[in-house]
Amino acid sequence: MTPDARQIVFENVSKFYGEVLGVNKVSFSLEPGVTSLVGPNGSGKTTLMNLLTGLIKPSHGAIYVLGLTTHQPVEFFRQVGYCTQFDSFPPGTNGYDFIYWPLRLHGFGHDQAAKLTNEALERAGMSQVARRKVAGYSKGMRQRIRLAQAIAHHPSVLVLDEPLNGLDPMARAESIALFQAIAKQGMHVIISSHILEEVDRISDRVVLMSSGYVVAEGQIKEVRREVRDHPMQILVRCSNAAKLASAAFELDHVVEAKILNDGHGVLVRTRDAEQFYLLLNKIVSAGLVEVDAVAPADDDVNSIYQYLIGSDGGAA
Amino acid sequence: MSTQNLVARAQKTFKDQPWRLYGSQISVLVRNEVRRNLFIRRRFWVYLLALIPVLILITHNIVTRYNNDPAQMENETVVLAGIVQLYYFRLGIFFACMGIFTWLFRGEIVERTLHYQFLVPVRKEVLVVGKFLAGAIISIVLFETAVLACFYLTYSRFGSAGRSYVFDGPGLGQLGSYLLVTALACLGYGAVFLALSLLFKNPIIPGAMLMGWEAIVPIFPSWAQRLSVTFYLKHLCPVSLPVDGPMAIFTIVAESVSPFVAIFGLLSLTIAILVLSCFLIHRIEITYTAE
Repeated sequence: MTPDARQIVFENVSKFYGEVLGVNKVSFSLEPGVTSLVGPNGSGKTTLMNLLTGLIKPSHGAIYVLGLTTHQPVEFFRQVGYCTQFDSFPPGTNGYDFIYWPLRLHGFGHDQAAKLTNEALERAGMSQVARRKVAGYSKGMRQRIRLAQAIAHHPSVLVLDEPLNGLDPMARAESIALFQAIAKQGMHVIISSHILEEVDRISDRVVLMSSGYVVAEGQIKEVRREVRDHPMQILVRCSNAAKLASAAFELDHVVEAKILNDGHGVLVRTRDAEQFYLLLNKIVSAGLVEVDAVAPADDDVNSIYQYLIGSDGGAA
Repeated sequence: MSTQNLVARAQKTFKDQPWRLYGSQISVLVRNEVRRNLFIRRRFWVYLLALIPVLILITHNIVTRYNNDPAQMENETVVLAGIVQLYYFRLGIFFACMGIFTWLFRGEIVERTLHYQFLVPVRKEVLVVGKFLAGAIISIVLFETAVLACFYLTYSRFGSAGRSYVFDGPGLGQLGSYLLVTALACLGYGAVFLALSLLFKNPIIPGAMLMGWEAIVPIFPSWAQRLSVTFYLKHLCPVSLPVDGPMAIFTIVAESVSPFVAIFGLLSLTIAILVLSCFLIHRIEITYTAE
C-alpha cells in the first residue's frame, strides 16, 4: 500500500509486550476529521495511540501518518501533537514554560515561541494561570495545559488520549468545540474517550476495539449497518400508536413493536430499517397516523459496542 | 504575521537548513537540562562529593596554620596529586558522573516525563548529544571548581613561596593539567554512564562492575588497559603517585603514551561510546509501567 499524504494508515500492525498482546493485526486508514477510539480498559486504545506517535514500536507492520513515519522525527512531529494520558510533568515547571520550551525545540525563536505559547494558552483557557507551577494545578487544569502543549505548534494530526477526563462541563464543551474547529480545518483529530455520548456527538467515525483487536471501524451509521444480526431500534412518537404497532407487526423483519407507556409512540425493533421507513411513509401518506418524531433509538456508539462485543462501552 | 504563517515559515527555514536546527535544538536542550539539574536539592550529595577534599583541606589549613614550612610543599604536591588521582578520578567524579549522567534519561523515565522529549521534532541522536553536553557542563563546572579550590588551598598557605611555586615554577602547568584531566574524566565517565543508563534499567550494578574494572585494570596487559578511562587520565597527570600496597606486585606498568595520544584516545573512546548511545536510544520505548 502506498502511504497517502492525507491519511493515517495502519498496515497489519501488531504489538506484543513480551507474550502479552497489545494490539493484533490492526489495519485501517483514516481520513481527516474526528475519529474516536472506543473500547474498555485494556482493549488497546492507548497502545494504538502510542504506536501512532512512535512512543512504542510495532512488533509487526507499519504506520504512516500523512505519508511520514517516526523515522523522520523532525518532519513527523511538526505534523503531530499528542496529548497523552500520563499525568506527569517536569519537576518545577510552570504552565508557560511547559509549552514554551518544546516550541523552542521545534526551532522557533524566542518571539515566535512566546507568541505561539500565548495563543495556545488562550485557546486552552489557561492564560490566567500560566505562570503558576503545574504542580499546583487541578486535574482539569493539568489536562488543559497538556492539550495546550499538543496544539501549540499547529499540528495537522492531533492525538488525544482521554482528553475530557477531569474537565468540568464548561471546559468539556469548550474542548469539544476546539476539537471540532480543528477538524473543520481539514485536520485529523483522534480521540479516545470513555464518555460515549460525547464521542458520539463529535466523531465523524469510530474505531471500536476489544482485547487488542479492531472489531469495527468506520462512520457510526455504517458500523451500525454492519451489525445485521442485531435488530435496530426505532422510536416513533405518533398519535395512533396501536395502529402503527399492528401495521409494523405484519412485516417479517419487525421482531418487536412496543407501545410506549404514555401511549403516544411505538418502539420498533427491526432487521430492515429501510423497509420499515417505507411502511411508515405509506401509513403517514394514507393519513392513518400523525407522526411527531422518528429517531433511531440505538444508533449510538454505546449500543453498537454492546452489540459487537457484548460489553458496555461505558466501562472503557 | 499570523501564527499559521509563522509556523509555515519556520518549518520551511529549518527544512532548508537542518544543521542550523540541530544546533539550535542542542543549545535549547543544554540550557534546559543545566537549569533543571544544576543547583538543585536532589544533587546535594554530588556537591558533597566534590567538596569533601575542599572541606578537608580547609580543616587541614586551619589546624596547621602555624606550620607553613616551604620544605613541605613537595609533600603537599604529592598529597594534591593523590586527592585528584585517587579521590576525584576513582571516587568523586566517578560517582558524581554516575548520578548525573544516568539520571539524564533514567531520571526522566522515573519521573514519567521522557515522552515529552520523544514527542518533539528532535532526532534522538540530537537528544543524546544535547543531554550529554548538559551533563558534561554540570560535572565539569562542579569538579573544576573543586579542583581549583583544592589547588588554591594547597599552595596559598605557603605565602610567597607558594605563589612562587605556582607562577614561577611548575604550579600553573600542573593546575592546567589537572583541569584538563578533570574535564576529560567527566567526559569519559559521563559517556560511559550515559550508555549504561540506556542499556540497563538499573545502571548501578554495571556501574559497580565498571568501578571494579577501573580499580584492577593496572594488573592487565597494556592493550586491555587502553579500555579504561583511568589509563588515559593517569598519563596526563603532572605528578606520578608511587605504586605501592598489595596491588603493586600485580601491576604491569603500561607503556607510556604521549599527552596527545592520551587526549585523542580518551576523546575517541568518549565519541565511540556516544555513537553507541545514539544506537541504544532508538531501543527505548515509553512503557513506564514496565520500568
